[in-house]
Amino acid sequence: MALDSKTPKGPIADRWTNYKDHIDLVNPANKRNIDIIVVGTGLAGGSAAATLAELGYNVKAFCFQDSPRRAHSIAAQGGINAAKNYQGDGDSTYRLFYDTVKGGDYRSRESNVYRLAEVSVNIIDQCVAQGVPFAREYGGLLDNRSFGGVLVSRTFYAAGQTGQQLLLGAYSAMNRQIGRGKIKMYNRHEMLDVVKVDGKARGIITRNLITGEIERHSAHAVVLGTGGYGNVFFLSTNAMGSNVTAAWKAHKRGAYFANPCYTQIHPTCIPVSGDHQSKLTLMSESLRNDGRIWVPKHMKDVEAIKAGTLKPKDLKEEDRDYYLERRYPAFGNLVPRDVASRAAKERCDAGYGVNATGEAVFLDFASAIIRYGKEQALIHHLDVNDASVVKELGQEVIRNKYGNLFQMYEKIVDQDPYNTPMMIYPAVHYTMGGVWVDYNLMTTVPGLYCVGEANFSDHGANRLGASALMQGLADGYFVLPYTIGDYLSDDIRTGPISTDTKEFEDAENEVKEKLNFFVTNKGEHSVDYFHKRLGKIMWNKVGMSRNEKGLKEAISEIKALRDQFWKEVKVPGNQNEYNEELAKAGRVADFLELGELFAKDALERTESCGGHFREESVELDGPQKGEALRDDENFAYVSAWEYKGEPSDAVLHKEQLEFHDIELKQRSYK
Amino acid sequence: MASENMNLTLKIWRQKGANDKGKMVDYQIADVSPDMSFLEMLDVLNEQLINSGDEPVAFDHDCREGICGMCSLYINGEAHGPDRGVTTCQLHMRMFKDGDTITIEPFRATAFPVVKDLIVDRSAFDRIQHAGGFISVNTSGNTIDANAIPVEKHDADKAFEAATCIGCGACVATCKNSSAMLFVGAKVSQFALLPQGQVEATDRVLNMVSQMDEEGFGNCTNTGACEVECPKGISLENIARMNREYLAASLKG
Repeated sequence: MALDSKTPKGPIADRWTNYKDHIDLVNPANKRNIDIIVVGTGLAGGSAAATLAELGYNVKAFCFQDSPRRAHSIAAQGGINAAKNYQGDGDSTYRLFYDTVKGGDYRSRESNVYRLAEVSVNIIDQCVAQGVPFAREYGGLLDNRSFGGVLVSRTFYAAGQTGQQLLLGAYSAMNRQIGRGKIKMYNRHEMLDVVKVDGKARGIITRNLITGEIERHSAHAVVLGTGGYGNVFFLSTNAMGSNVTAAWKAHKRGAYFANPCYTQIHPTCIPVSGDHQSKLTLMSESLRNDGRIWVPKHMKDVEAIKAGTLKPKDLKEEDRDYYLERRYPAFGNLVPRDVASRAAKERCDAGYGVNATGEAVFLDFASAIIRYGKEQALIHHLDVNDASVVKELGQEVIRNKYGNLFQMYEKIVDQDPYNTPMMIYPAVHYTMGGVWVDYNLMTTVPGLYCVGEANFSDHGANRLGASALMQGLADGYFVLPYTIGDYLSDDIRTGPISTDTKEFEDAENEVKEKLNFFVTNKGEHSVDYFHKRLGKIMWNKVGMSRNEKGLKEAISEIKALRDQFWKEVKVPGNQNEYNEELAKAGRVADFLELGELFAKDALERTESCGGHFREESVELDGPQKGEALRDDENFAYVSAWEYKGEPSDAVLHKEQLEFHDIELKQRSYK
Repeated sequence: MASENMNLTLKIWRQKGANDKGKMVDYQIADVSPDMSFLEMLDVLNEQLINSGDEPVAFDHDCREGICGMCSLYINGEAHGPDRGVTTCQLHMRMFKDGDTITIEPFRATAFPVVKDLIVDRSAFDRIQHAGGFISVNTSGNTIDANAIPVEKHDADKAFEAATCIGCGACVATCKNSSAMLFVGAKVSQFALLPQGQVEATDRVLNMVSQMDEEGFGNCTNTGACEVECPKGISLENIARMNREYLAASLKG
């Protein structure tokens, strides 16, 4: 099937408006006869469910957590971008569009990104109207801060809990509709298959995680807002339950999976402390507004710090290597995430890592504390030369900005980051790849939509900070509610979709068969045993730096591990009860397939772009020496994979990316 | 660091299902690193149980960074355990010492029935929110500009503090009356402090309090235990503010 992105024609700034003016609408009375299933209740799914219900559709929403408020969007820390230009620092729709396309290393679809930038301003208005308590200045107006890869302050925030506040906003909008009966909410339900009838998505099969009951649910359209697949690495900043299953089942039913190898490895996470670790914790990118990243210049100091004979704060300025400021003077500590992560890895690989494992660099607030402290001392007419007064005042400013993050760090690492620099290292955080969607956010299966991190569309090969929240809410509040109406206008005469059909029965039986296999298989290893091994292969060979040999090894190792999993996995308990091991088994089974496709995609793309770094493709000389080298001539396309059974049989379809409004050029942050 | 590792005895509430009888069961766990989080310690225990053919202990958890509110656990008689300002997932084993016996129970309240082992059903919290935990604004892209109404920073900050409630239920589990006043007070306060929340203020507080009572939560007798155990430090002020709102709404009503 040829891929059609269905991108509207005409000048980019007018496309979304023209599109909205010409789509088919469903009248309010008919909306009452149309059912929509929304899977996932994070920012994308939650905002979509609420908005569709407001419009009058009958919505059924599903989440695996015990409440929609707990979806992992809740954990987003730093902020949400919007081209409001409240700071008057030159921001505009075009500039947000440009920064996002450039930040994504020119691997995203221009039309989608422009639309995203365009509706970004509506998101802030909507959220404030819902009562989301964004940070404000003393004058009562909204405050902004700056994130990586941009030269303006366009990030709105609520301390280090922006995701929480935005999600609770979407949750409150859902609650209003649940109370009115327009959303029927299914908590603790996991989607285990998509059901197609006559080629269209018409329902899903779910498992009630409390009772184990397998249920059929039908609708005129199905929306997946089920998040990213970072947990294929086992260790990531994702929630423990985050998984690829919904997206993968959709893939198996005909939805192409795009750019699986585009993964964001976030530069500032708390380093791994031992083998017992179950997950990793992010320290928000907002910290790079004030924190400076460094390692010692000299190996003897690295060794002294590791041995505990030298305290990092006692190392002289001239003996420190602020490597981001050195390599990227224009953006300094606020280079995009992929660049910052690779630079940390480069220093640690060269032996300058500062903790026992050699995989940590410092993020230091000492100079920000002094800078803020002096400013406060001046304001309050105190002695700017009194170091202890300055320090105390400065620490208070830092506490107000990042208090919850500092507390989190202290609880985990048992060190006080106000007095000694944080230790950080990159960790898997976000997946730019995902289910392929067209301009309407529809997958290659008619009637099956995909929103938020679960789709591939807006971030290219690298996502900029504070853009995930923006995209999730843009999709759910302002894009999907229009585009899905255009599709559903053909369904006003269809009537309710029966679940009493062969298609539903077959899908249900398949699901039951697999669950039954797990609980009856007499294997010898737990699900986690396999998940951890998969994670190690992914991290070592398909992680921050990739090469042909490693990727080929990863492909065969994952395949072997998958074969072993199906022979030796052990799942205690039964199907018809609460059984977390059983739920995990299904998710890891899908990760074991996705992981191989991920490596295959990385192998096929021999260029470096964004978060995908191929060691074979770097600048060999000139001012950009050592930086990632893109190959626009051969790779300016989206890789969309069609399912054909084994991941090795997946067929590649290419969506050529066209750049009319932005010139393709080397991404320089120097 | 092996020398610092601990051997512990765990006394854990095991209950097969909502209608089964539960009991405390003892488990031994060895070589626990002080750097582990409490839930990572339980992950290790579960791996042991699976490998020895037993059923793992069911407990709720998800984000493991103290924000989703999914984890619960009543540890040594305290909601989220002995540390302050943290959820169970952020509690670290360095708070315990070698040889300790740790008691782990579910959050207990009439309104939070046990589902299995350490998992309880907190959907009563959701139903209170359905009754009024929102501002009725449709999504249109045509609401007023976000900066059209300035909000005094002090009020915005207070609204934010109230809004940081994670809905975990520690307040209810801690309260001798199983009262949900801190949880409901936080939501009522968030909106009461913002101009956007004024229009529906009367109905909101009346409806949310009425649903709270219907769910079987107890009354507040001002012991303040909820504030102490709240992982997010939600202030008792919010209960006082809700009471004022409620009184004003009742008089109006």
